[in-house]
Amino acid sequence: MTHGTEKTADLVIVGGGIHGCSAAMFAAQRGLDVIVVEKDTVARHSSGVNAGGVRRLGRHFAEVPISQKSMEIWYDLPDMVEDDCGFQVAPQIKVAENAEELEKLAARARTLRGMGFEHEVILDHKEIREHLPAVADHVVGGLGSLTDGFAQPYQTTFAISRRARRDGARIFEGQTVTSVRKDGADWIVETAETRYRAPKVLNCAGAWAGKLAGSLGEHAPVEAVAPMMLVTARLPHFCDAVVGATGRPLSFKQMPNGTVVIGGGRRGRADTSDDLSEMLFPELRLTAETAMDLFPIMRGATIVRSWSGVEGRMPDDIPVIGMSGKHEGLYHAFGFSMHGFQMGPGVGSLMAELIATGATQAPIAPFSITRFA
Amino acid sequence: MARRIESGTTIVRFTFQDRTIEAQEGDTVAAALTAAGVRELRESVVSGSPRGIFCMMGTCFDCLVEVDGRTNVQACRTTVTEGMTVMPQKGGPAVEAGE
Amino acid sequence: MTMMDSNTPHACDLAVIGAGPAGMAAAVTASKAGLSVVVLDEGEAPGGQIYRDIERTTPRRSAVLGEDYVAGGALAKALREADLTYLPRSTVWNISTERLIDFSRDGGSSQLQANYILVATGAVERPCPIPGWTKTGVTTVGALQILLKSAGIVEESAVLAGSGPLLWLVAKQMVDAGAPPVAVVETTPAGRMQAALPHLFGALKGHRYLSKGLKLLRAVKAAGVPVYSAATDLEVTGETAATGLRFTSKGKQHLVSANHIALHQGVVPNQQVTRMLRCEHRWDASQACFRPVTDARGLTSFENVYTAGDGAGIMGAVSAALQGRLAALDIATKLGKSAPERADRLEAALARDGAVRPFLEALYAPATAFVLPADGVTVCRCEEITAGAIREAVDLGAPGPNQVKSFLRTGMGPCQGRVCGLVVASIINERRKTQMDETGYFRIRPPLKPLQLSELANFKPLEKLEP
Repeated sequence: MTHGTEKTADLVIVGGGIHGCSAAMFAAQRGLDVIVVEKDTVARHSSGVNAGGVRRLGRHFAEVPISQKSMEIWYDLPDMVEDDCGFQVAPQIKVAENAEELEKLAARARTLRGMGFEHEVILDHKEIREHLPAVADHVVGGLGSLTDGFAQPYQTTFAISRRARRDGARIFEGQTVTSVRKDGADWIVETAETRYRAPKVLNCAGAWAGKLAGSLGEHAPVEAVAPMMLVTARLPHFCDAVVGATGRPLSFKQMPNGTVVIGGGRRGRADTSDDLSEMLFPELRLTAETAMDLFPIMRGATIVRSWSGVEGRMPDDIPVIGMSGKHEGLYHAFGFSMHGFQMGPGVGSLMAELIATGATQAPIAPFSITRFA
Repeated sequence: MARRIESGTTIVRFTFQDRTIEAQEGDTVAAALTAAGVRELRESVVSGSPRGIFCMMGTCFDCLVEVDGRTNVQACRTTVTEGMTVMPQKGGPAVEAGE
Repeated sequence: MTMMDSNTPHACDLAVIGAGPAGMAAAVTASKAGLSVVVLDEGEAPGGQIYRDIERTTPRRSAVLGEDYVAGGALAKALREADLTYLPRSTVWNISTERLIDFSRDGGSSQLQANYILVATGAVERPCPIPGWTKTGVTTVGALQILLKSAGIVEESAVLAGSGPLLWLVAKQMVDAGAPPVAVVETTPAGRMQAALPHLFGALKGHRYLSKGLKLLRAVKAAGVPVYSAATDLEVTGETAATGLRFTSKGKQHLVSANHIALHQGVVPNQQVTRMLRCEHRWDASQACFRPVTDARGLTSFENVYTAGDGAGIMGAVSAALQGRLAALDIATKLGKSAPERADRLEAALARDGAVRPFLEALYAPATAFVLPADGVTVCRCEEITAGAIREAVDLGAPGPNQVKSFLRTGMGPCQGRVCGLVVASIINERRKTQMDETGYFRIRPPLKPLQLSELANFKPLEKLEP
């Protein structure tokens, strides 16, 4: 033993983002002794820096059941973590700028109905203006999920981490995991400072998770990406819903304080070696244009801030969730591909169930890491 | 009260709200309004309390105004031009409440 | 919307950001060495804040502002006459890792590719959070001086409160302008002179500054301006507009009526550009501020990015120009040009000019109350966040300025933390009982200054980056 200290637990979670913290909270509530190891600080990257959309709308069909389950948790989350999380129930709406786009949205709503999900509804020319009075004249309609919402990402993840601590989880920040290996029945998670020992390990390391999985012989092609967002100075209140577009990338939301957060698809430069991301403004020209096209009031808006964080994206744009395909006691939840915030509580809950009981009812087969083997 | 230590050369006129202000050529909007005795440039977006000039060098953003319809303009960094229309910066609680 | 002039260069050997003493001097020297130089400056005219509107000064203003101000005229003239591109009214809002500079000018944004960059963005006034400092009629002392320099405006009923050489300089200028301050309320704590004395011998090499300082003090007192010393518990009175300043001096409470309260606690480097570039910064305990880490010629930890002048650490205008010239010489040498002047002479002059600094820094270090204000005091002016709220966030577990920012919005308003940053970091540092280098500072993200959304949509990058 070269280390001065060793800490033991039932479960070591690598990564203090919303997924790691949620899993820690739910696992601790199930009575597990949980340690979270975070190389920076809780919610340092995309869990603290994202558009805050609590969105079921428009999800990959495989994600819909987990997203639904997560939404139910979201409604109770402020009570659970004793912090309002800046969470507000609000419509999420994808606007259609022409008839063709509207038909595409209608087809999606029909498919979902066939699957038994009713939350996405078509809004016609008049209905969409009831939700978005400031929308541009050319918008013909849209698809809405009317009881989705939005939250303050940092506030939420920070609150979940505090709840997890109150439930007994130990969260160690500023410790970078240098290796994960088997030692008999246990896993050893090494950092420069401490050695952690537990029979179970959960990999919630986001953009860094592929490297961790790879070190244990499991291929997971995580691409580090840097979603970008712009934040405006406060504007008069004009929009309650969270808005996306159909034919071009956009995520658009006016916060209760009047600032507008504009993001959606355009990516900056991400570097996992130094954990930094860089804004690429030329990429955001079309985002700015789209926002002004859909909401003419935005022509007078001023950008005061930008956000960017490092996030892990999978080639098929859906996450890796579930047990390792190779090792007993190893679990994964990462690669949420720039849309994991809403799924955080749901995935945390199901991972805790899976780890504590050995099984989950949630349909997670499509998310197995073995799809990249 | 603020006053000038010498009389200026060329007078430039602009409006602030419904008031005509005489500035000296080369004045910033903030300087001209200060010389004219105007202290309240906008209301805070949080509490609604009045705000005026503070740093005069583009750092504090307390002197935000609307100039010719353009919002979030720093009065201390904007040179007055003839006929310019300056309004207090809008935004914040008053507007949210349904102004 | 005015687009860029077609003959504005798209690339240059050296881009200088800021046209104060450091930027002007560096640009002139670099241009003499044969470098292609572009100067980007927010002002309408060269000078920065220290020589603000120096080209428009009148005999009356010059008489009031004094010879140190007038001296800036030569630098501005040299800049105008040099073979370089000077772009006033240019706001740099982003710089990429490849030193591609995004800047806004006359309503449109464009890019400039720079081989070398000199950040000469100078200083900002240290925040002076006291109860009532957001009321109208409260400004910095620097603001009063800018009104005088740029428009010949004086406030007739002003109290000057705080600490530092600028306080006395402006008081004297107001006396000379025929509008002496109602009072000077000095907050330099008692006993500071003893703390500064060990530095006095070194400072004597800079006796020019010392004797000037003493002269200012005497002139203000001779003009009959009431001076209160070692003042504490400052508070601006008035409903929403300032009506006076309440404070304690020598065990007695005072209330001085005035409709203008000007505050000052010295100046600190404007870190926005060097922070955005993620240059390494370290806490300077003597100056009580962060400053970028540089070598002797001003090279930061960011490849080919230099800094000179007060932005690199507070040294004043004379040193700023010397540092600018030294940085320009270093860059010229790296580009294989022969130096137009001797670096060793500049270095010797720099050492002489800086001799007074340790004394001044010890004497005028900000009193604790301004660095660690009481719980009820507003720290973040934009979002109206109090010191107490920041302490509560720390107690909840927010480990540093960026988490406090995410949690409370401190530094998220339009000033982007320029005003509150140092106080926020200091409060967190004290609460967590750590070191300032560990506590750190806000991450600064572009745009450096607010940018119209429409301007971004019309932004013309150098290379077409159509998705």
